Amino acid sequence: MSSSMTLATVGGSRADALSLNGTEDQYVSFTVGAEEYGVNILSVREIRGWTPESRLPNLPDYVRGVINLRGIIIPIFDLRARFGGGATEVTKRHVVVVMQVGERTRGILVDAISDILAIGPESIKPPPDVDSGLIDAEYLSGLYTAENRMVTLLNVDKLFATEHGDHQDPASNRAIAASDKTP
Amino acid sequence: MDDLSRFKQTYFDESAELLAVAEAGLLRLAPGDVDMDEVNAIFRAVHSIKGGGGAFGFSDLVAFSHEFETVMDEVRNSAIPVTTELVDTLIRANDVLAQMLAYAGEGVDAPPGATDDTVAALRRALAASGGGATASAAPQTPPPAASAVNDDEDDEAGIFGDAMAAINAARDSEAPSPPPADRVRWTIVFRPKSDLLLSGNEPAYMLRALRRLGDAEIVCHLDDLPKLADLDAELLHLSWTITLTADAEVGRERIDDVFEFVADESDIQITADAPLPAVIVPPPTRDAPPNTPPALSESALVPPGATAAKTDGTAKPRGAGTNGGPGTNGGSGGGEHAGLTTHTIRVDLDKIDRLVNMVGEMVITQAMIAEHLRDVPPGQFQELQEGLEQLAQHTRELRESVMSIRAQPVSSVFSRMPRLVRECAALTGKEVQLATSGENTEVDKTVVENLVDPLTHMIRNSIDHGLESPDERERMGKPRAGTVHLSAQHRSGRIVIEVTDDGRGINRAKVLSKAIEKGLVQPGASMSDEEIDHLIFLPGFSTADQVSNLSGRGVGMDVVRRNISSLGGRIGVYSTPGEGSRFVLSLPLTLAVLDGMVISVGEERFVLPLTNIVESLRPKPADLHGLVNKCDVIMARGEYVRLVHLHHLFGIPKAIDDATKGLVVLVETEDGSRLGLVVDEVLGQQQVVIKSLESNFRRLDGVAAATILGDGRVALILDVAGLREMSRHGGDSGGGRSPAPALPAPKSESRQRQTV
Repeated sequence: MSSSMTLATVGGSRADALSLNGTEDQYVSFTVGAEEYGVNILSVREIRGWTPESRLPNLPDYVRGVINLRGIIIPIFDLRARFGGGATEVTKRHVVVVMQVGERTRGILVDAISDILAIGPESIKPPPDVDSGLIDAEYLSGLYTAENRMVTLLNVDKLFATEHGDHQDPASNRAIAASDKTP
Repeated sequence: MDDLSRFKQTYFDESAELLAVAEAGLLRLAPGDVDMDEVNAIFRAVHSIKGGGGAFGFSDLVAFSHEFETVMDEVRNSAIPVTTELVDTLIRANDVLAQMLAYAGEGVDAPPGATDDTVAALRRALAASGGGATASAAPQTPPPAASAVNDDEDDEAGIFGDAMAAINAARDSEAPSPPPADRVRWTIVFRPKSDLLLSGNEPAYMLRALRRLGDAEIVCHLDDLPKLADLDAELLHLSWTITLTADAEVGRERIDDVFEFVADESDIQITADAPLPAVIVPPPTRDAPPNTPPALSESALVPPGATAAKTDGTAKPRGAGTNGGPGTNGGSGGGEHAGLTTHTIRVDLDKIDRLVNMVGEMVITQAMIAEHLRDVPPGQFQELQEGLEQLAQHTRELRESVMSIRAQPVSSVFSRMPRLVRECAALTGKEVQLATSGENTEVDKTVVENLVDPLTHMIRNSIDHGLESPDERERMGKPRAGTVHLSAQHRSGRIVIEVTDDGRGINRAKVLSKAIEKGLVQPGASMSDEEIDHLIFLPGFSTADQVSNLSGRGVGMDVVRRNISSLGGRIGVYSTPGEGSRFVLSLPLTLAVLDGMVISVGEERFVLPLTNIVESLRPKPADLHGLVNKCDVIMARGEYVRLVHLHHLFGIPKAIDDATKGLVVLVETEDGSRLGLVVDEVLGQQQVVIKSLESNFRRLDGVAAATILGDGRVALILDVAGLREMSRHGGDSGGGRSPAPALPAPKSESRQRQTV
């Protein structure tokens, strides 16, 4: 509908310049506030400009709502809110990364796309041992240093596996997530 | 999906159709009035299932269908008389065959002995015929899959067996004898290009098809066969010479048809042998009507000189074809005769749904452009405006045609009913005639599929409760056989299905006393006839004095109503004591679109299904009453209805809280209870395309689905029953997550309505 671009136009030339040899995976990195995150490019379907969402009732604030993606209805998650930073004040410059997670398509709202990185497995550092009450380390797949920035690589499957609710209560999450898979 | 499983799927799809054909045929099979075409069709259906099953190695299935087929064959040969008993046996055999197919489809073995009873019954039928020889030879050793194979020309796996046999036969009879007087001998040289196999063609099929036309002597030429070391197995190195002796009426174009798909990839020469003069002269005259000499009639139509070549296949195909000149290439006749094949294709439902989706998108995009262009002052961009109008028209048409692809005639449901009626009649000892009309009325596939259960219930109900026993009917001066009439028609954008019986009608006194006895109605309530009739749709209601096999378990009509409601439909009943009852179903033509009312609350918009809406009103302060300070009730249409603020339930900010400033939409759930939904505004009625929220997210309380409005934004379609549940638990407190599925609904509410 409105501004939507394919990946090729997002830093495509940069991606070409990077070595594409076998062991490296490509990651799309984006910023939320001062932090930079990366997701595997294979799970990214497209990147589009922000279009107003329709709200869904009675869900946590990181579920922004749903939008119309060429006739299918996909939910949008606010990554800032997901990490406890409060709901994003959206502008036209905000971006939705549309991702394929299993059979489902969903979008995450981020501030801006920053880079495309080719990362070999050896250069991914494990996340530090943090208090699991503070950060749910499950959805972090590792840390990567790009020049002098730290990029947090996200495990998309896990990130969305707990979307349904209250992450203080993992048991009920799992129950909901499981029931969600069997409609 | 690999190739084999795809073929298997096709086999199962086709087998399901064949079973339906066989069943329909069996049900029409009546003693004393045997339609041989029907019998042949059944035989062919069973035979095809067997053949395909053999190819996939379903040996149990093949063994059983062989038994079935053997009996059908004897029926076909009139060796077994058609009796009611035989038909019953055959119908049962058809069921077992369906079961065997289901087992094969799941990839499990049939439980041992699953077919024994039926096989025994089939053999008894054979034995009874006295057709001893064939009867005893075949059945005793159920043939393994392979033996089905040599049976005859229809068996897929038998290709090579057939071809080799043909080749051998050709070798054996070196010297062709002159053809019999009324037959024509063709010499066909079939020299395919070596890459024919790569395009998926199979010469053996063609040879087999030729054999079907007459007696074919097939000689395979191995001259071009390379040494084994040089052999490329994917290329074809063979060519054939076929000597076909066929009836005179088998014309040139029938032979051309065989090669229709390979004509471009092959060198094909077809010549009619110049046999005895006595043979070549007759063919044209034989086919032409005796009173019109063929030469005359044809030259009258066609310019001289073009007679033979231009004669169209439709007028007198046989005669012309025989004259069609030796040596002409085989491809010429193909195009003209393509019209004889059926013009249907099998398409995956997903593909159609994608198409439906895209068209839905187009409609929305088109609406968007129109909305933007509305701001342009009139007179400007005249051509653009006109173009847009055309676009709107085309998209509408496109949408209708796409929807019609998904449409199916209801006959696929109706055709199951004769069977049901037959069984019900047998169980109840009643005589029943089923009449159907409007079978060709089309409605969306999903609706058709979901009609089976409700209709089954309704027809059972009509026979069990509605119709009287033959004796009773006679006493009342009615024909002994009762009639159940099933009809379908389109009415104002919906499909209306009626089940009418000429039985005793609804016994209102009995219904009412039963309802009171079950506590569904307060004693002493005064109810109209119509209201009493509709009591039969209440859950847990059943009037049968005894629980019969058929109905009477109290799960009948309320389930029907629930099923129909879930399809967005309504059901009504009209009954005249002593004359019968009429059940009327009204359903939307498709589940893909829904008639809805767009409402707004705060900045959000929602769609309410039109079928749920009773009315909308702006209440005066005097209409509102507080109920023990917990919630508001409103007096509407003579009853008190609870008010529910949608913005409380959904936690929507900036909405109108005061019902007297907003609007109250009076909605009714499927079980008849009412709610007053407080909203800001009603924006208008609209047909919306239903989109799933669950495919990419999950189900939400109070939300049935979603849709996309004209401006491209998503709007949620409300689920009224869900909203009622939410309002019961969360109260009107709002915000909080509503608890998971609920306590059973208090009984009083829905019932009280009946007593008002």
